[in-house]
Amino acid sequence: MRVLPPLLRRKPAVAVLMCVPLFALILGLVAYPFFHALFLATLNKAETAFVGLDNFTFLFGRQTFWMVVRQSLLFALVAVVFKALIGLAAAHAINTIPTKGQRKWRGMMLIPWVIPPALSTLGWWWLFEPTYSAINWGLTKFALPAVPWLSDTFWARFSIILVNVWVGAPFFLIMYLAALKSIPGELYEAADMDGAGPWQKFFYITLPMIRNIIAITTLFSIIVTLANFDIVRVLTQGGPLNSTHLFATYAFRVGIESGDIPLGAAVSLFMFPMLAILAFIILRNVRRRAASLA
Amino acid sequence: MTAIPFATAPSLRSNRRWALIAAYACLGIFVIFFLFPPYYMLVTSLKTNAEIAELASNPWIVTDGVTFGHYEHLLTESSFPRFFLNTTIVTVIVVAITMVISVLAAYSLARLRFWGSGVLATGVFLTYLVPDTLLFIPLFKIVGWLGLLDTYWSLILVYPTLTVPFCTWIMIGYFGSIPRELDEAALIDGANHLQMLLKVFIPVALPGLIAATIFAFTVSWANFLYPLAYIYSESEMVLTVGTVTTLIKGDVFHWGGLMAGALLAAAPPVILYAFLMDYYIAGLTSGATKG
Repeated sequence: MRVLPPLLRRKPAVAVLMCVPLFALILGLVAYPFFHALFLATLNKAETAFVGLDNFTFLFGRQTFWMVVRQSLLFALVAVVFKALIGLAAAHAINTIPTKGQRKWRGMMLIPWVIPPALSTLGWWWLFEPTYSAINWGLTKFALPAVPWLSDTFWARFSIILVNVWVGAPFFLIMYLAALKSIPGELYEAADMDGAGPWQKFFYITLPMIRNIIAITTLFSIIVTLANFDIVRVLTQGGPLNSTHLFATYAFRVGIESGDIPLGAAVSLFMFPMLAILAFIILRNVRRRAASLA
Repeated sequence: MTAIPFATAPSLRSNRRWALIAAYACLGIFVIFFLFPPYYMLVTSLKTNAEIAELASNPWIVTDGVTFGHYEHLLTESSFPRFFLNTTIVTVIVVAITMVISVLAAYSLARLRFWGSGVLATGVFLTYLVPDTLLFIPLFKIVGWLGLLDTYWSLILVYPTLTVPFCTWIMIGYFGSIPRELDEAALIDGANHLQMLLKVFIPVALPGLIAATIFAFTVSWANFLYPLAYIYSESEMVLTVGTVTTLIKGDVFHWGGLMAGALLAAAPPVILYAFLMDYYIAGLTSGATKG
C-alpha cells in the first residue's frame, strides 16, 4: 500500500495560512468594531470623557427609546408571521401544480426579493404618496375611503410591515419549496390509501416533515427583520413622530445625523442580546442537524 | 368506516382537481401582490410628467403616450451613469476579494484540520448572522481613521464583512461533499495545494462557486446603509443611495425619473437571477434541507 505524501493532512502551517485573510477580516472588521462599539457607548457626545453607563440610563429614561423597542419587536414579530404564512401558502400552491409550470411561477414570485429593497421601497413610497396614491385611486373606485398610508401612526406601521412582508415572503417561499420537495412522495400515497384529506395530509405529514426548516428560516428571518433599515429609512424616515423607528433607523438618526456617535452605538448595541439569543438557538439547531447527518 | 373504500377513487380525482384550482387561484393572487409595485414603477417611468401630475386618469396605465424621456434624461444629464460605474467597480472588486478569501478558507476548513479550525468554522457562521446595522457606527469611526470616509473605497473595505461569512459557509458545504478519493488520487499524482484547489475542488464545486458569487454580487449591489452613512459626495455615490437621495430634487418630486432610476439600478441583479436562479437557490437551500 502506498503511503500518501505527508503533504496535506500534516501541514497545519499551510492550512492556517489559507485562513489568515478570513481570520483577519473577522477579527479586524467584526470583532474589533464590536468591542469598539462597547467602548464608544461609554463616552460622552464629544467622545472626550468616560461616562460609564450614562448613555444607557439616558435611553432608559426616554419615551422615544421605549417606543423604538416596542415598535422593533412588534414589527419583527408581525412581519415574520405574515412572511412565513404567505411563503408557506405560496410554496404549497407551487408544489401542487404540475412540475412543468413551477419554475415560471416561482421566478415571478421571487422578483420582490431580487430587487434591492431600498429601490423597490421607492416604488412603494410612490404608491403611498398622499395626493397621487395609486392604491387610494383603486380604493376610491370601489367606494372605499382613501388611506393616509404614511401620515397616520397605525397606517405608517401597517405600511412598513406590508412592504417588509412583500420583500421577505419570497425567501420563505424558496426555503419551504425546497423542503416540500424533500418529502418522499410515498408518504402522501400511503395517506391517500388510508383516505386522508388534504388538511390531514398537511397537518400530519407536511408540517412535521418541514418543521425544522420552518424553525431555522423563521429564526433567521427574525434577525434580519429586527435589524431592518432600508424600508423604514426610505418610506417614513421613522415618522410620523418617531412612531415607526426601528433600532437601526433610530441609531442612524441619533449617531450619524445628530452626530452623537456614542449614543447611536448604544442604541445599536441593544439589538445584540436579542441577536445573540437567536443566533445561539440557530447554531444549536444547525449543529444538531449536522450531527444527525454524520 | 362505512363508505370509504368505494368513495376513494372518484373523490380522490375531484380532490385533486379542486386542489389544482385552489392552487392556481392562490398563485394568481400572490403574483398580483408581488408584481404590482414593479409594474407600477414601470408604468410611471414611461409616462410624461404632465400625465404623472394629472389626477383624473387611471394611474395604472399609460394613457397619454409612452415616453422614454425619463430614461434619456437619466443617462445623459444626471449623475446616474457615475453611480452605475461606481457600483460596478465596488461590486466587482468586492466579489473578487470575497471569492479569494472564502475559497481559500473553505478549502482549508473543509479538508485540512488544524487546531482551532472547528471554532473558526463556527465563528464564520456566527459572523454571517451579524447584521450590517449592528456595527455601522464603530465601522464609521474605523473608516474615518483610515481616511476612507466619503469615498467608495470605504464600501470595498466593509462589504466583505457581509459577503465573506456566507460564501465561506456554503463553500465549506460544497467542498465537504467532494469525495475524499478524488483528492487522494490527485495527491498520489503529486499535486500540491494550489493545483488541487484549482484543478479538482473549484471545477467540481463550480455550482457552489456560482451561488456564492451571486450572493456576494447581490449584497454589494443592494446595500444601502453603509453608503448612506459613509458617502456624501455625488461623485462617490453608488446606485442605491444616489437614486434615493439625489434624484429627489427639492420639493418637486421627479417621479418618472425616480422610477426609471430605480428600475435601471435594479436591472443587473434581476437579469443575473433570471439566468442563474437555479444555482443560487440550490446553494441557498442545500445547507438547510439536507437530512
